Amino acid sequence: MLIKKASSLTESDVTPEDDFKKSRRLISTSRRQFMAQSSAVMLASGLAPSTLWAGNKIENYSKSSFSLNEKPTPYEYVTTYNNFYEFGTSKGDPAVRAHLLKTKPWSVTVEGEVGKPGVYDLEDILKRQQLEERIYRLRCVEAWSMVVPWIGFSLADLIKQMEPTSKAKYVEFTTLYDPKQMPGQKSRSLKWPYTEGLRMDEAMNPLTLMATGLYGEEMPNQNGAPLRLIVPWKYGFKSIKSIVKIRLTEQMPKTSWNESAKNEYGFYANVNPQVPHPRWSQSRERVIGAPLFTPKRDTEMFNGYGEQVASLYKGMNLKRLF
Amino acid sequence: MSKKRLSKRQLGFLKTLVFGVCLIPFGLITWDAVNNLLGADPIQTLHFRTGDWTLRFLLITLAMSPLQRLLGSPLPIRFRRMLGLFAFFYASLHLLVWLVLDQSLSLDNMLEDVPESPYIILGLLAYSMLISLAVTSTAGMMRRLGKAWFTLHKLIYVIAVMGVVHFFWLTKLDYSEPIVYAVILLCLLAFRWPMMKSMLTSKTNSV
Repeated sequence: MLIKKASSLTESDVTPEDDFKKSRRLISTSRRQFMAQSSAVMLASGLAPSTLWAGNKIENYSKSSFSLNEKPTPYEYVTTYNNFYEFGTSKGDPAVRAHLLKTKPWSVTVEGEVGKPGVYDLEDILKRQQLEERIYRLRCVEAWSMVVPWIGFSLADLIKQMEPTSKAKYVEFTTLYDPKQMPGQKSRSLKWPYTEGLRMDEAMNPLTLMATGLYGEEMPNQNGAPLRLIVPWKYGFKSIKSIVKIRLTEQMPKTSWNESAKNEYGFYANVNPQVPHPRWSQSRERVIGAPLFTPKRDTEMFNGYGEQVASLYKGMNLKRLF
Repeated sequence: MSKKRLSKRQLGFLKTLVFGVCLIPFGLITWDAVNNLLGADPIQTLHFRTGDWTLRFLLITLAMSPLQRLLGSPLPIRFRRMLGLFAFFYASLHLLVWLVLDQSLSLDNMLEDVPESPYIILGLLAYSMLISLAVTSTAGMMRRLGKAWFTLHKLIYVIAVMGVVHFFWLTKLDYSEPIVYAVILLCLLAFRWPMMKSMLTSKTNSV
């Protein structure tokens, strides 16, 4: 079993500090190289090499018992191999263009079926949350996966603070829409702004994370700064980035990929090796950062988080409600 | 300028040169693989790079007869077989990447993946047709097959169309690249429209 309970997880299960430092050293070298490269690109294109990486350390966070006991994907790949169509459809676009996004100040609109609607400053929201590091596997619908040490807080805590009404059945999230900051929005690859949604019980599940950082530092822009969702048992596109609005609703919200191709991307989008995408198999996944001849990894039901979430879908036909 | 006939030696030199140039993408891909420069998702990178070059060589091969007419020189046709065989070469690499890296040579994996992935079925079909063209590409085969050879090698059009559809079919949302291939292919096919039309009419007339 991948997910350890608090009782069976000891301090020694975490990547040894030495290894961690070693990998950090490697990371910072490759990061520097990358920075140098992308700075050159930006200078060549007339842009100043501004804060490509915020790089600010996050000071106070605890380690979560939900973490995988696996070595995280190298920082270099986590921050340069991104699906974030707001910055372009190729994987390298976000790392090159995301410096255009201004994440401070940032406010989040809370509305819908809540007792405390309003526009909240992100800093004020964060003051009331307990940050923790959670090492989760991210499984993309394109059949690749990585392991990311996110930092964030439980969405359930935030929702409770919003005081949901009895009519709140779903949560709808919206990404920032501003083609000046997000040049990918100039092309109509998806219908902007990007929206995603969860059923209330999915949103309240303790695994569901609102992430504000990774690898011990503030969230890099290309990974969805300053605030993004992480739903580790669902395909990556559910984990919406750069959130500006959270709305509690009675009706199932519309979601971007589902709107773009209803027969290919469902509302639930649970990781499920038994239900292929209409055009490709989901039974295995390429492990990002693995050496060339590494066999693909067998995809696990609910991405390996079945113990915590399978009960949410009892009695549902997951082939139909993919 | 190319009206003047080339000597045998000149042609041989030119063919060696073209051969070398056609191997450059292979060299670059191999260099990147050996030096760990394929990026975060090396299997996918190899799929795309070998697939791109397969399509490019198919299109280049199909461009030779229009080029011959534009230049008024038979020279491009002299390179057509070699270019076609390079399309086959890159397609073989593409298949090899899939067999070895993607499927780990496991029949179980393939039996599971292939039925769930229509674009793979199409790719395999196109490749099997390409084999028949590669095998019959020698002068001896051409002689033996006679008229049938020309009919068989019309399959290149079908293969090219299947290759581009294969690319469309696996693409998620951003179709800009497959569209470029499709447009070029349509232009190359349009060039043959008069020929195809006359073939069709002569057939209907003879019935």
